[in-house]
Amino acid sequence: MTDPVPTPTRPRVALLITCLVDTMRPGIGFAAVKLLEAAGCEVEVPTPQTCCGQPAYNSGDAADARALARRMIEIFDGYDYVVAPSGSCGGMLKEHYPKLFAADAQWSERARALAARTHELMSFLVDVRGFEQVPGVRFEARATYHDSCAGLREMGVREQPRRLLASVSGLRIEEMKDRGVCCGFGGTFCVKYPAISERLVSDKVACACGTGADTLLGGDLGCLMNIAGRAQREGRELHVYHAAEVLAGMAAEVAPIGEARASVAPAPKPAA
Amino acid sequence: MKSTAHDFKARARRALGDAALRRAMAKAEGGFVAKRQAAVAALPEWKELCAAAREIKEHTLQNLDFYLERFERQCEARGGHVHWAETPAEARAIVVEICRAAGARRITKGKSMVGEEIAINGALEEAGFEVLETDLGEYIIQLAKEPPSHIIAPAVHKTKDQITELFHAHHAKLGLTERVTEVPAIVNEARTVLRKGFLAADVGITGANFVIAETGSTVIVTNEGNGDLTNTLPRVHIVTTGIDKVVPTLEDANSLLRVLARSATGQEMSCYTTFSTGPRRAADRDGPEEFHVVLIDNGRSRMLGNEFRPMLRCIRCGACMNHCPVYQAVGGHAYGWVYVGPMGSVLTPLMVGLDEARDLPNACTLNGRCQEMCPMGIPLPELLRDLRTRVFEEGLDPPRARLALRLWAYLARRPNLYRWATELGVATLGWLGRRRGRFASLPLAGGWTRARDLPAPAGETFQSAWMRSRGDAR
Repeated sequence: MTDPVPTPTRPRVALLITCLVDTMRPGIGFAAVKLLEAAGCEVEVPTPQTCCGQPAYNSGDAADARALARRMIEIFDGYDYVVAPSGSCGGMLKEHYPKLFAADAQWSERARALAARTHELMSFLVDVRGFEQVPGVRFEARATYHDSCAGLREMGVREQPRRLLASVSGLRIEEMKDRGVCCGFGGTFCVKYPAISERLVSDKVACACGTGADTLLGGDLGCLMNIAGRAQREGRELHVYHAAEVLAGMAAEVAPIGEARASVAPAPKPAA
Repeated sequence: MKSTAHDFKARARRALGDAALRRAMAKAEGGFVAKRQAAVAALPEWKELCAAAREIKEHTLQNLDFYLERFERQCEARGGHVHWAETPAEARAIVVEICRAAGARRITKGKSMVGEEIAINGALEEAGFEVLETDLGEYIIQLAKEPPSHIIAPAVHKTKDQITELFHAHHAKLGLTERVTEVPAIVNEARTVLRKGFLAADVGITGANFVIAETGSTVIVTNEGNGDLTNTLPRVHIVTTGIDKVVPTLEDANSLLRVLARSATGQEMSCYTTFSTGPRRAADRDGPEEFHVVLIDNGRSRMLGNEFRPMLRCIRCGACMNHCPVYQAVGGHAYGWVYVGPMGSVLTPLMVGLDEARDLPNACTLNGRCQEMCPMGIPLPELLRDLRTRVFEEGLDPPRARLALRLWAYLARRPNLYRWATELGVATLGWLGRRRGRFASLPLAGGWTRARDLPAPAGETFQSAWMRSRGDAR
């Protein structure tokens, strides 16, 4: 992946925190900061950031999507890179902002400039920073990895998280069947069409558990909440974390997504 | 075919509870996906071939009037008749009139999605003609009085056992009293019944996968040979097809055929590829006495001039639906009209109306697998999103969803209010969910908790925790 911006020795990176990480699981944000700093970046969190506008955009509310996008374009101006712990929100900036302003002479240039500097966390670490190992990180688990659709298809995230996770000692990754198939989250889709979403996520949980894994990792909190919530509803032993939490060595200290701190052992069960 | 797309949600729910449908779909999906993958892997120039195919279609669409008129001239120069229909009603009237003028009684049909689009069977039966579908899948659903559920495998929703019972119920009176349970026996029994129909037909109606401007020919692909018997044996051959099916040359049709078969069924070529060029000539030993091509618009020329134009590149291979998790879960009948899956979710609102089909573009996770698989590079998720924009602009979406969305956007434009609201929200939910770490149900979150638990938030937002710990925000 090439980047048009000349990279200084210690690039200034703005963290696009994403609504879900901000509100539901802030630890992923701290994990992302730790990884970015380990990869030699100076990380800032522009504080007036709110929502990237994706829910409005995907619901056909183009006017609100543009209003929110204009805010974000201004807030994230001037950084060397913008990095999100999410392929979906990153994809909104990278793929869809330029489309939203395609017919707007004033904003299209700025939208494209932002798009060129925007990356998903895992792919940024590996492709842009050449950061492929997390030495000294240990996490005992037999895990499977869920490829989020936007990360996979809009941001080209596929091998990078696997390469990073391969350097975690004690962790084994088992690939699941139908890895390219959606988990049924789809943003507002999961609440607008709950019956269909239920089928999709049940199938995904079955594929994940079919590997014999006790842990599922991924790079998008929406999908992870969906899969974790369904696995818990079915009473499955599947512990779900964002991959950044594992890579930053923070997973062992926190409860998996949707599990109470008290109910989990210090670390998930070692591989069988 | 009358649309029931407005009833998508209820139909989808029913389909999700249908165990036989789930078995049939799982079986078919595995076959389609694996076969396509193998065929694509075996052709090193697949990507280049698809790019060339796209180029052909784009060029044709840019010069659509020229190539359609050229087709008309070439077809008529070879003794064929070309008819233009702007609407399904016009198309039905033209076909019925041709059949009447020919003094026909019995009509055989090859599989034609445009035939379904214009609801030709009903019109013909109403006019007193006997209509027999000759594609095995179409024959099965004709007996079952059901619409197709897939554009290339119309009976994909049926299990073998269901077909056994269906044949038994309809064929026993023809003296075929034994239940056929194995595929070859099922095919043989259909062949026995259909053979009489082929020989007795006065008119054969087919669709067209392509029509060729250079030669005035129409092309169909089949794997059963029923198309050949439908367009060769009867006195009159009528082709019903869309104006988007024209390609400039025979060579172009060949390029597209190589893409179509691989993407649709994983074949290098379909078993039968049949070119029809005019009626039988004096020296020909067989062929129809009359050859008619009915070119149907039905909204296509409007699409040529708007954002939905890429959809006119569609060659109806079905790869988008074969790789769509929603289609695989609910099956084709949930979509409520002829075209199903991602391509149907674009076409149906454009052809039957957005208010009728507003659910279809929304019932998609925008996962993008359809676009990845589309050999013609149609940006299906983008087109579905464009339709959502129309739904929103016309105020056709549910008021509650609309209100929630506007409220969220209102908050997100006001960072101080947003921060206050999110901090209050996560503190409350974090406290409520502190013991279990999740909720099995929560007011206003029924859409989520119906099928899955909702993780409890940590109790503090990242932005607030960050300010506390670093305070180095700009």
